[in-house]
Amino acid sequence: MIGAILLLTLMGLILGTALGYAAKAFHVEGNPLVEEVSQMMPGTQCGQCGFAGCTPAAEAIVNGDAEVTCCPPGGTSLAASLAKKLGIDIKLDSLQEGVVFAHINSALCTGCTRCYKVCPTDAIVGANKQIHMVINAACTSCRRCVEACPENCIDMLPEQATLDTWYWPKPKAA
Amino acid sequence: MAFFSPFRGGVHPDSFKELSATLPIMRLPIPPQLFVPLRQHAGSDAVAIVEPGSHVLKGQLIARAGNGLSAPVHAPTSGIVAAITPVTAAHPSGMKSNAIIIKPDRKDTPVKVPTLLDPFKLPRDELAQKIADAGIVGMGGASFPAAVKLSSAIDRHVETIVINGSECEPYLTADDRLMTERAEKIILGARLIRHVVGAQKIAIAIEDNKPNAISAMQKAAVGEQQLEIVVVPTRYPMGSAKQMIKAVTGHEVPAGGRSSDVGVLMHNVATAYAIAEALAESKPLTSRIVTVSGGAIVRPQNVEALIGTPARYLIEFCGGTVNTPTRLLLGGPMMGHVVQSLDVPLIKGVAGILALTDHEITNPQASPCIRCGRCVSACPMGLVPLEMANRSKHGDFDGANDYGLSDCILCGSCAYVCPSHIPLVHYFQYAKGHLNSQTAQSKRMQYTRQLAETRQERIDKAAAAKAAAKAAKANRRKRSPAKTEKSPQGES
Ligand code: SF4
Ligand code: SF4
Repeated sequence: MIGAILLLTLMGLILGTALGYAAKAFHVEGNPLVEEVSQMMPGTQCGQCGFAGCTPAAEAIVNGDAEVTCCPPGGTSLAASLAKKLGIDIKLDSLQEGVVFAHINSALCTGCTRCYKVCPTDAIVGANKQIHMVINAACTSCRRCVEACPENCIDMLPEQATLDTWYWPKPKAA
Repeated sequence: MAFFSPFRGGVHPDSFKELSATLPIMRLPIPPQLFVPLRQHAGSDAVAIVEPGSHVLKGQLIARAGNGLSAPVHAPTSGIVAAITPVTAAHPSGMKSNAIIIKPDRKDTPVKVPTLLDPFKLPRDELAQKIADAGIVGMGGASFPAAVKLSSAIDRHVETIVINGSECEPYLTADDRLMTERAEKIILGARLIRHVVGAQKIAIAIEDNKPNAISAMQKAAVGEQQLEIVVVPTRYPMGSAKQMIKAVTGHEVPAGGRSSDVGVLMHNVATAYAIAEALAESKPLTSRIVTVSGGAIVRPQNVEALIGTPARYLIEFCGGTVNTPTRLLLGGPMMGHVVQSLDVPLIKGVAGILALTDHEITNPQASPCIRCGRCVSACPMGLVPLEMANRSKHGDFDGANDYGLSDCILCGSCAYVCPSHIPLVHYFQYAKGHLNSQTAQSKRMQYTRQLAETRQERIDKAAAAKAAAKAAKANRRKRSPAKTEKSPQGES
C-alpha cells in the first residue's frame, strides 16, 4: 500500500518535471506550420517567388496567397512535398520539369568576381581576374549571378540527362 | 517444394526457345574492334587506367572500379587501345557513354596469372575481394556487382544458395546451353559461393522445359553434399528473386525486404560460372554467352563472345538479318530493352540480342482500360496494375506508390495479358523514374540549403568581425588624440 503510494507520487513528480521541461524546451514561436514550411524551402532567399525571402514565401504559401509551385529552385520535388504537407491536390506532370543551371561562357568571363559574390550557395568558384565556373550540384538556378554579371556571359542552360538521371518519358497514347 | 502453384500470378508467354535451344555454343572470332564500356554494372562508371596507344593483354585491368558501387573492367583480348570515347550505350535512352576502344592484335596474349591456389583454402574475405577484382556482376540482367551482394550476405546468416537456372524469358537459351555443356564449372561456382558466404545448402533451380540442362546438371551433381537440382515449373517470371525463392524454398520474401531476410542468396548460373573461372583459374570476366535470336535473324545461335563486341558483328556471325528487323532488343522480350542501333556493344549483363519481325510483336494502338482485371491476376507481386497505371498517367505518383509501385518488379506480365494493349510497364518505368528524380532533387535541395546556411553564417561572422574591428579602431582614436596631436606640433 505505502509502496504503491510512494511509487505513484514518484512517478507523478518525474512525469510532471518532464512535461514542464518539455514545454520549455520545445516551445515554438509564431505559427508552427509556417516555421515548418519555411524549413522545407531552399533557404537561399533568392526572391524568384516574388517575396522577400524564403520565410515570407512560406507564410504566403500557408496563408494561401502563393501557389506551392511558386519556388523555381525547389522545383517539382518541393511542390510535391508542400502539396502533401498542406493537403493540396496538384498535377505534377504538368509542371515544367527540366532543371536549369547557370553556365559561364569562359570566352567572355573577365574574372570580376561579381557573380561569385552574389551566389547564395557558393556554387561559383574562381578568383580575381580568373575565369569563373559553376558547380552544377550546388547551383539552385536562382539567377542572381545572371543579373550580377556585367559581361552578360552567364546563361541558364538545361540540365543534360545522364545515364543516371534519364528515365522513360510518359507513354504517348492511352 | 511447391509444384502446383509455385507463386501467385505469372504468365506463359510463347517460348520461341526452340530456335536456338539445341544449338551448341559457338565461339565468336575476335572482332576487328572492341568497344568496352566503362559502365556495365549498377553504380558508378569504372575509371580507365590505360591511355590511347597503350598495349594491353587479355585479362589485363584497363579500368578500376569507380567510387561507391562499381566494378572494374578488363581487356577482353590483347591489342592496342585505339581511343577512350563515348559510344552508344546499351541503354534504352540511346545516349552515349564512355568506352575503351581496343584494336585486337589477334594474338590473344593473356596476362601472367599468379600461381593458382586451392580457393577452398583461402580466407573468405580474400575470395570476395578476388570476385570484386575480377569485375563480376550479376549476369542475369541486373548487373549488380556480385562481390557486394556476397559481402553483404556474409554477415546475414544465409542458409541456402539458390542458383537461378530458370531462364524464364522467351527466346533466351544461353543459360540452358551453359548448363548443358559446362555443368561442372557451374557447380564449382555454386560451391565456391556457398564457401564464401558460409551457407549450408545449394539449390540449383531449372525450369522443366530444359530437359538437357536438367540431366547434365544432375549428372554433374552426383556425389555432391547438400546440393540439390530443383526442377521448377515453367512459368514467367520464375527467374525473379521473390518468385524463385517462393518456388524453391516456400518462403515469402516480405515486401520491401531482401532475399537474405529469409536466409537466401540468389545468383544466376552464368554468374556462378564466372565466379568459378575467377577463383579457380584467375580469369576476370571478359566474355559471356549470349543468345542471338528472333524471327529476323537468319541463323539463331548461342554465341560465346568477348565483352565489347558490337551487336552488328554478332548478328553478322549469325547470318545477318532477313529484311530490316522491326525491333532490336537487348535481353529478353519481357524485360529487355529496345535499342535503336546495332552499334551497341555486348556488355556483361546482356544474355540476349533479339531482332524481331513485325508479326512477333503486337504493338497495336492502345485502347482504354476495360477493367477486366486480367493484369491483376497476372501480377506476381499481387499489385493492381490498372490503378497504378491510371494514377501514373494523371501525374499522381504518390497515389501509384500507395498501390505498391515500389514493389513492382517491371516483369511485364500485366502488359503481356492486357487485352487493351496498354503500355502498363512503360507507365511504371516513367512513374518510378519521376519519383527517383524527385528524391534526387530534394536531396540536392538539402545540400544547397546547407550551403546557403554556411555562407550566411560566414557572412554574418565577417560582418561581426568587421564591426568589432571598427569599434576597436574608433576606441583607439578616442583615447589617443592628445598624444597624436602633440607629436606633429613638436616636430614642426
Ligand atoms: S488487363 Fe488491361 S484492360 Fe484489363 S484491367 Fe488491366 S489494364 Fe485494364
Ligand atoms: S510489371 Fe509490375 S505490376 Fe505488372 S505484373 Fe509485373 S510486378 Fe505486377
